[in-house]
Amino acid sequence: MASRASTTKRKAGSNSGGSKQDRALPAKQKSREILAKMMLIRRFEERAGEMYAKAKIGGFLHLCIGEEAAIVGATNALEETDYLMSTYREHGQAIARGTPPEAVMAELFGKKDGCSGGRGGSMHLFDYERRFLGGYGIVGGNLPLAAGVALAADYRGENDVMLCMFGDGATNQGTFGETMNLAALWKLPVVFMVINNQFGMGTSLERHSAVTDLSKKAEGFGVPGSQCDGMDVLDTEAVIAEAVRCAREERKPQLVEAVTYRFRGHSMADPEEYRTKEEVEEWRQRDPIETFGKRLVDEGVLPEKDLEKLDEEAMAKVDEAVKFADKSPFPDLASLYDHVYVYGEQVKGWYTVDERSPDVHPGEEERDAPEISHKLAQAGAAYAGTGEQYPQDEEDED
Amino acid sequence: MPTMRYREALNEALREEMQADESVFVMGEDVGVFQGAFKVTKGLLEEFGERRVRDTPISENTIVGMGVGAAMVGLRPVVELMTVNFSLLAMDQIVNHAAAVGYMFGGQVSVPMVIRMPGGAGHQLGPTHSHSFEAWYLHVPGLLVAVPSTPADAKGLLKAAIQDDNPVIFIEHETLYGQKGEVPENGGASRFGEAAIRREGDDVTVVGISRMAITAEKAAETLASEHEIDAEVIDPRTLRPLDMDTIVESVKKTNRAVIVEEGWPHGGVGANLAALIQEQAFDWLDAPVMRVTGADVPMPYSKPLEQAAFPHEEHVVQAALSTFRDT
Repeated sequence: MASRASTTKRKAGSNSGGSKQDRALPAKQKSREILAKMMLIRRFEERAGEMYAKAKIGGFLHLCIGEEAAIVGATNALEETDYLMSTYREHGQAIARGTPPEAVMAELFGKKDGCSGGRGGSMHLFDYERRFLGGYGIVGGNLPLAAGVALAADYRGENDVMLCMFGDGATNQGTFGETMNLAALWKLPVVFMVINNQFGMGTSLERHSAVTDLSKKAEGFGVPGSQCDGMDVLDTEAVIAEAVRCAREERKPQLVEAVTYRFRGHSMADPEEYRTKEEVEEWRQRDPIETFGKRLVDEGVLPEKDLEKLDEEAMAKVDEAVKFADKSPFPDLASLYDHVYVYGEQVKGWYTVDERSPDVHPGEEERDAPEISHKLAQAGAAYAGTGEQYPQDEEDED
Repeated sequence: MPTMRYREALNEALREEMQADESVFVMGEDVGVFQGAFKVTKGLLEEFGERRVRDTPISENTIVGMGVGAAMVGLRPVVELMTVNFSLLAMDQIVNHAAAVGYMFGGQVSVPMVIRMPGGAGHQLGPTHSHSFEAWYLHVPGLLVAVPSTPADAKGLLKAAIQDDNPVIFIEHETLYGQKGEVPENGGASRFGEAAIRREGDDVTVVGISRMAITAEKAAETLASEHEIDAEVIDPRTLRPLDMDTIVESVKKTNRAVIVEEGWPHGGVGANLAALIQEQAFDWLDAPVMRVTGADVPMPYSKPLEQAAFPHEEHVVQAALSTFRDT
């Protein structure tokens, strides 16, 4: 199947929007912060990968290594009050938005102090306070939600913009066309950002999309597109900033394609048989962190020794995140049914019918079951400590 | 008898049916170059080429809809959906078309199509990847529903599903792909609507759906060794058609029934089966029909919560014991 991969043309650097060297460096301090943020995300992801190998993290783990410039550039273009939505590859987005790495790592560990209370895991991070409205496990599922948030902002006469990120694969879902049409029709303040990392899981862009210039893909629906170099943090920020401005001031939704590349597999269980090592290596030459760091040094904005210092600071923050996540307890078993419903004053009737919860459910009468229910909940949870009940011969993929 | 893994048994079924019938083809997300998200389609692209092993974009509703169209004019598509949760994106095509066109066009067309998908919890895939929706598909007239729990059934039922002229929802269990079991050499298609009695017993009938048939068997051993209760374990293997005869016959012998499933309790497979049992064997029952189900919550990610949210041996033992509580 290697022949398949080698026939494709995903030339690193062959496609980008603006001529990136034209983007002037921001002030010293901001430049430094940008680099530090990208480094933090990189180190966080590397460590998450290690923690997955140690089975501290379960399920699927999708790392964004290689895509840091697209993430940091885009989020830097937002106001604090703007909204952000992402896919299941979203640790970087949460961190870029300001969610403490501790809360993200704790979520990956399935702990109580995780940013989704341990219920969502890697694919479903959320931080309402910072207006990061989530990672979503269903490809294309977040687009209508994003347009809905923009609708709410518009409805209430607020000035906020929604930035909705998704992958190249999501442009093939029905929700893509449907959402573009309605967002344009209703003039909603939303920017759609397709993070084109060249693959929908293991299927390359050329093999999953008839139109490969994704910036054009929404034009027929009334949403104009542009492209940015997703390996260049400044280019990404500039292009997204203009799109956000259009959405905010002119009420014209925009599509921005950030051309980037994921250096790692789709998830941790990806043998990567669909692409060549040479292709990955070629893109790695354009590592967004190395190139930006080098530019800061070359242009005298950052002393070379500070590169290492910033990196050490990033690693120290990740160390803290792991320590925090380790220490945080697992959610209480009694909380299993929390948040399924919002219970108001009017609660009447059984909301649920099983007896697995140790406590009486809202709407239920007191029963004599709780004692055994509690024991059974613990008996079930005990399997968490015994390893896989049904071990697998190889890892799986979503 | 040769031993193979559940995923290998499925692979063999696909391979054999593709060899036997040119009209059988496979399509789905990453079924070709990637060889299947769970490696069920491993080697098929190499053997059959891109015409018959088709990688699709991530477009579940359209993939299924195209399968329906192709089936209406005589092909036998096998569509793979990456998880049962993703099948919800295709629910429109499955319910409004796959299940209905044969009927609404007065029998002029049929939909000889298989829609395969893994379901079930246990790998911490969280609230968008790990549910058990067999009850939803069971609900729909026009669909057949298979829920194999062993490699032998995986192979035999998949062959039967491909050969059948109806749309079949074929729900594999994600945690069973690596499980090994004996599979008859040169075995043909199994029959839909034929339950398997996994363990014979006289005291209580335990019906286990999909992986829960295995959990039920384990519970039966505990019931025998620790409680001197001899449970009869039945794996229906297909939910439509359903082998009610075997279940009712067993209940008439044991006078007690427990149904074990991973899905939610409200409107579940067990709810349906309990209703059928009491309709058909009320006079033989000595206790209410008990259900053991997944917890009534979206599947949580955190490992202890997830494990607490689907049935284990202990839950089945407790439910079986409770049918003896008042005697």
